[in-house]
Amino acid sequence: MQVNKEWTPTIVAFCCNWCSYAGADLSGTNRLQYPANVKIIRIPCSCRLNPMFILRAFQRGADGVILCGCHPGDCHYTTGNYYARRRMTLLFSMLEYLGIERERTRVEWVSAAEGAKFAATMNDFVKTVTALGENKRLEDLRCKE
Amino acid sequence: MQRVKEKAIELLRSGEVSRVLGWKTGEFFYDLTPAVFESVEEVEKGFVFSLFSGANLSKYLIAESKKEGKIAVFLKPCDSFSFVQLQKEHRIKRENIYAVGIQCDGMCDGESLRSAGCEGMTGVEDGESLTVHTLYGDQVIEKKEALLGKCQTCKSKRIVDFDELIGQQGEDVPSDRFAEVAKLEAMTPEERFAFWRTELSRCIRCNACRNVCPACSCEKCVFDNPVSGVQNKAVADSFEENMFHIIRAFHVTARCTDCGECSRVCPQNIPLHLLNRKFIKDINELYGDYQAGADFDSRPPLMDFRMDDPEPSVIYTRGGAAK
Ligand code: SF4
Ligand code: SF4
Ligand code: SF4
Repeated sequence: MQVNKEWTPTIVAFCCNWCSYAGADLSGTNRLQYPANVKIIRIPCSCRLNPMFILRAFQRGADGVILCGCHPGDCHYTTGNYYARRRMTLLFSMLEYLGIERERTRVEWVSAAEGAKFAATMNDFVKTVTALGENKRLEDLRCKE
Repeated sequence: MQRVKEKAIELLRSGEVSRVLGWKTGEFFYDLTPAVFESVEEVEKGFVFSLFSGANLSKYLIAESKKEGKIAVFLKPCDSFSFVQLQKEHRIKRENIYAVGIQCDGMCDGESLRSAGCEGMTGVEDGESLTVHTLYGDQVIEKKEALLGKCQTCKSKRIVDFDELIGQQGEDVPSDRFAEVAKLEAMTPEERFAFWRTELSRCIRCNACRNVCPACSCEKCVFDNPVSGVQNKAVADSFEENMFHIIRAFHVTARCTDCGECSRVCPQNIPLHLLNRKFIKDINELYGDYQAGADFDSRPPLMDFRMDDPEPSVIYTRGGAAK
């Protein structure tokens, strides 16, 4: 265990295969910087994001979870992101109702052409979560070292 | 109240149905349990409809309506919402069911009488106010004070779907069922977190809330998965409690009719309705008023969308304590 190292948050970014995942690629090929503590998980559509995945990510040590999908109207499967939008709104609202910091979860629409937006979004999200500090309210002690 | 039992006998005797789903006497006069009766004798011996028939019978129809022969079921207004919701979800076979709607003036249970101040109860007489017989003499209490939580905030006296009615058809009634949710929303996140820790940490994961819920009727439940780490009470920490309650409430979002059964059966008195009602309140506010089970053709909000739905970021700014 490194004791002296400055704490940085662990961020899980669920990215839709058809847009944001490619957007992340683009920001890479354009050599745009975003923090290395963002762990990207590719999903076939933002609609694939089961609310369980988000809680699981927190359980396994995430300090913030972000979902990136195609802009409304641009879903590869036509309407998936519209359903995801309702689900995430309700889920986030519930988390907030339970007293879990609302800034720890976010949804952002990033297209395959928006490499710069992807990097900027991640930089901003990491900054927000860093300010919040460690996730304590949705942690699982069994998953801690 | 006797008419309900007579109806059960009549339906069995005429051969209209081969079984009756109702309530059966328990150890005490106030602990009735749901039961299936297969003969007139069984009904005469054990069937009771009383002030303590609070249990919602509709969930049992999932299994019972798939069996041979027709079954009669008795439905209070709130139960009929679950009945319709289950039909919408194609979970029950309506053609095998004879539904008898019952007018309802509110239900009680042993606990609600006790908290209204009755001890050593031996019987009760229903009426404008309740006469409770106890070992220490009779006690008269206001019915209003002894009602089940769900009945105190009853949303409707309307029986949505039935083949026959006992008593009067009612209508939607004004209810302040979201008041408690609003109170919580007005707290700071810290207060809310503390509130829910106190409530949820009492959960013993008996699964009663899940098992009784008409909306929680998946044949395979995520919470039975032994590799999930949330299949039973974790001794180590709070995660399992949060996970179970968030996900359970989420899985019934827009399908929960607010029948109140989960809170009624919880042995730890956890106010589970506050979770379901939060989702209902959010849906009403964000996507327009919606009551699950109120009709046959409205579209469930989570299986629907509008192009101009608010973005998830609304929760950063809306309602609650934005501190
Ligand atoms: S919630 Fe309403 S309809 Fe249901 S048992 Fe209570 S009073 Fe009767
Ligand atoms: S009924 Fe109560 S104690 Fe049992 S699992 Fe549900 S919330 Fe927990
Ligand atoms: S969650 Fe509770 S109130 Fe909603 S349908 Fe299930 S048992 Fe009824």
